[in-house]
Amino acid sequence: MTNRVQCQVNGAEVSFEGRLDEPLLLALRNRLGLKASHFGCGLEQCGACVLSIDGQARYSCALPVSFLDGASIVTPEGLADDPVGRALLEAFDAEHAGQCGYCLSGIVMSAFALLKANGSPTREAVIEALDRHLCRCGAHGGILRAVERAAKGLAEASR
Amino acid sequence: MTAASTPKSLKDNPILARWISFEVPGKVLIRPGKVELGQGILTALAQIVAEELDLSLGQIEICSADTAVSPDEGITAGSQSIEMSGASLRLVAAHARAELFQTASRRLQAAPEILSCRDGVFFRGVEPVGLDFWTVAADVDWTKAVEGPIAVRAAADYAIVGTSPLRLDLAVKISRGGYIHDIALENMLHARVVRQPFRLARLTNADTAWLSKHYPGVELLCRQDFVALVGPDEFDVQSAQADADAFLTWSEESGRWQPAQTAGEMRAVIRDGEVPLSMTNLALRARYSRGYVAHGSIAPSCGLAFYEHGQLSVWTHSQGIFALRDQIAACLGFDVANVRVVHAHGAGCYGHNGADDAALDAAIIAIDHAGIPVRVQWSRQDELSRAPLGAAMSAEIGAALDAAGSISAWRMSVVSAPHAQRPGFGGHVNLTSAEALDARKLPGRVEDLPDVAGGGASRNAAAIYDFPSHEVCVALDTSSSVRTSSLRSLGAHLNVFAIESAMDELAEIAAADPLEFRLRHLRDQRCRAVLEGAAKISGWPGSRLAAEGQALGIGVARYKNKGAWLAAVAEVTVDEAVRVKRLWLCVDAGLLINPEGARNQVEGGAIQAISWTLKEAISLENDRVPALDWQSYPILRFSDVPQIETRFIVDRGSPPLGAGEASQGPVAAAIANAASRALGVRLRDLPLTRERLIQILTDS
Ligand code: FES
Ligand code: FES
Repeated sequence: MTNRVQCQVNGAEVSFEGRLDEPLLLALRNRLGLKASHFGCGLEQCGACVLSIDGQARYSCALPVSFLDGASIVTPEGLADDPVGRALLEAFDAEHAGQCGYCLSGIVMSAFALLKANGSPTREAVIEALDRHLCRCGAHGGILRAVERAAKGLAEASR
Repeated sequence: MTAASTPKSLKDNPILARWISFEVPGKVLIRPGKVELGQGILTALAQIVAEELDLSLGQIEICSADTAVSPDEGITAGSQSIEMSGASLRLVAAHARAELFQTASRRLQAAPEILSCRDGVFFRGVEPVGLDFWTVAADVDWTKAVEGPIAVRAAADYAIVGTSPLRLDLAVKISRGGYIHDIALENMLHARVVRQPFRLARLTNADTAWLSKHYPGVELLCRQDFVALVGPDEFDVQSAQADADAFLTWSEESGRWQPAQTAGEMRAVIRDGEVPLSMTNLALRARYSRGYVAHGSIAPSCGLAFYEHGQLSVWTHSQGIFALRDQIAACLGFDVANVRVVHAHGAGCYGHNGADDAALDAAIIAIDHAGIPVRVQWSRQDELSRAPLGAAMSAEIGAALDAAGSISAWRMSVVSAPHAQRPGFGGHVNLTSAEALDARKLPGRVEDLPDVAGGGASRNAAAIYDFPSHEVCVALDTSSSVRTSSLRSLGAHLNVFAIESAMDELAEIAAADPLEFRLRHLRDQRCRAVLEGAAKISGWPGSRLAAEGQALGIGVARYKNKGAWLAAVAEVTVDEAVRVKRLWLCVDAGLLINPEGARNQVEGGAIQAISWTLKEAISLENDRVPALDWQSYPILRFSDVPQIETRFIVDRGSPPLGAGEASQGPVAAAIANAASRALGVRLRDLPLTRERLIQILTDS
């Protein structure tokens, strides 16, 4: 194993050195100060830590940094730089999609990966994409409406 | 319009400066003593103040509750925040407005009546007069106590209250964070606490050689049975915690744990009517139950602390910073004046979870590391297993019917683990690390929450119906060593489930429609209205006879018998498991300050109630809580969530009532009633898991 990992985080070149078995979530939060993505279990069971990695929504709480050489990572902090991300942020706000909001850091990233791959998902497809995410506040209804609102807005804008 | 009475919060904290400040030009700072728990309370409170002062919402800034400066409004719980803090801040804003107007009119030598204001600027007619709130605020004596009646805006004139502006905090939280978990103080040390595996477990060995060999950067801090792992690198301390079994040994010392004293004492909640209930002539006698339920916050608890020169500062997502301050001080031998507790946002807690415990954890470690900030993060397993749990409960109901098929007598007897073991309650510290430091801190005598505070086990134990004879008794059961405390709606979840299940069972015996049967016993007009409303939007009674394995069920209650009214109708299918397909809710929570916020609270509460009802209970192993995670303690997922339709009955003239806990009982009852009907067998024990269905079907 090399002791240096080079990847992109929200479009910027980043390199990690030293302990490369550290989970990406902790490295982002503690080394880079990117705090929007959250620790919910560390067990790949709740989805709070999901990020977009090379276009895939993936858990980051148990994913060693060493796996990320050459990867392109988007965190919630990077959403505002992307039209799909912006549409999602606006839609979540407009739909009051969330109560405490702690789960949303991961949910919004799964929604981002989904809309990047499929611009007009059915409700079933949205549910499937979000089913590994837990929300204890019961904000599910608003969250589903928000993802659909973002998709609709993007489709209209591209027409 | 003049506000009727002064709310307790304001009586306790009558000085204007405690609540409001105009020191920053263009902004009004408000300082509620209630805290944001994800329920959107800060946005609603800002709306109330903006309304009263004719400001735009963007001009309101809200300070986090802080024992050093904020008014003590007690605990943020029991759906009291809008009623308490909202009513207080409305009066504070009205008094502030009157002071500002008087000062402005004195300066202008004009009568206050001819002045008006918009966005903080004073006008005479359409002409600005060159004064604003901030230029005149310096001449107001803000140390004055609020006194006497004051005119407030009439509900009919509300422009901001009753609308749903965007949440002040949500967008930022998604894209940047902003929870206590995200605070990084300079040179901060990370810490994990290795919790006792069961109540009062003894630490018998700590292999420090093993630890320093494998984790040279991690320091072990042991104080009696309190064990913390501390170091500059979070990954290190997290990994060391996961390896704790390799270097720590725990054991039991018999007789250390003793049950608290009130076990078994029965007390009457109500005793109405003359007719003695003949226990031999009952139409129904049934027992209903639920198990221990975890709060299950999505964020494991977190606490931060800093200690220097005898002063201790603590950051917490607790629901009650003042009580926590007092107990941290008592536990660590501090003068209260030397402890400051500041609220920082956390994830939803739904009651007394691990937040307070994590704060004391951080304080203990910080005192040992003077001059260096300390951050404690709980693990998922500890949040589910070592935080206080929602109490296991049962309720037995006996009822007699008269010749006309109406209930002539009703007797209910509730047995419950304690619901109120918050810090300081009952004179006990009630913090888990306090027991680890000193086993004598175990509560000796446990009380229920008093009925004036809505009761704990007795919450909603008195049915809302009018029975000629009505008797309710409650007993606390303190025989388990499991730590229980307040979980959303406290006893109301099981009590309403039991009452509303029994009403369905009795309706069936009386060969009546469950809706009609309820109305027969119900004089409360607003309760009738939500029942009828839910029936209407759901198309009650539906075509439930048609499809086997599918049915509608109904449930209703008024939260605490003095809060919001809510009726639920659930459509449920039962095959190998119970599934809720659709849910209709009809709610009367008085005036809605923020309708979308209220809907989120009601529907969020309903979804949580579905999860409790269908999936959740902790099985103890030898009276101990096993280490749980989301696999062994599953909760509702997106694919399990039904389509929900909510209708509010709104009378702007009725005072606002909290809506966050109104769903729990009625939704549980509606689901169980529907499932029982679909199955043809009565389901009396929660949760309605697949295993339980199989067991019931085999038994019958
Ligand atoms: S924190 Fe990664 S899945 Fe829960
Ligand atoms: S909004 Fe609180 S957990 Fe989802």
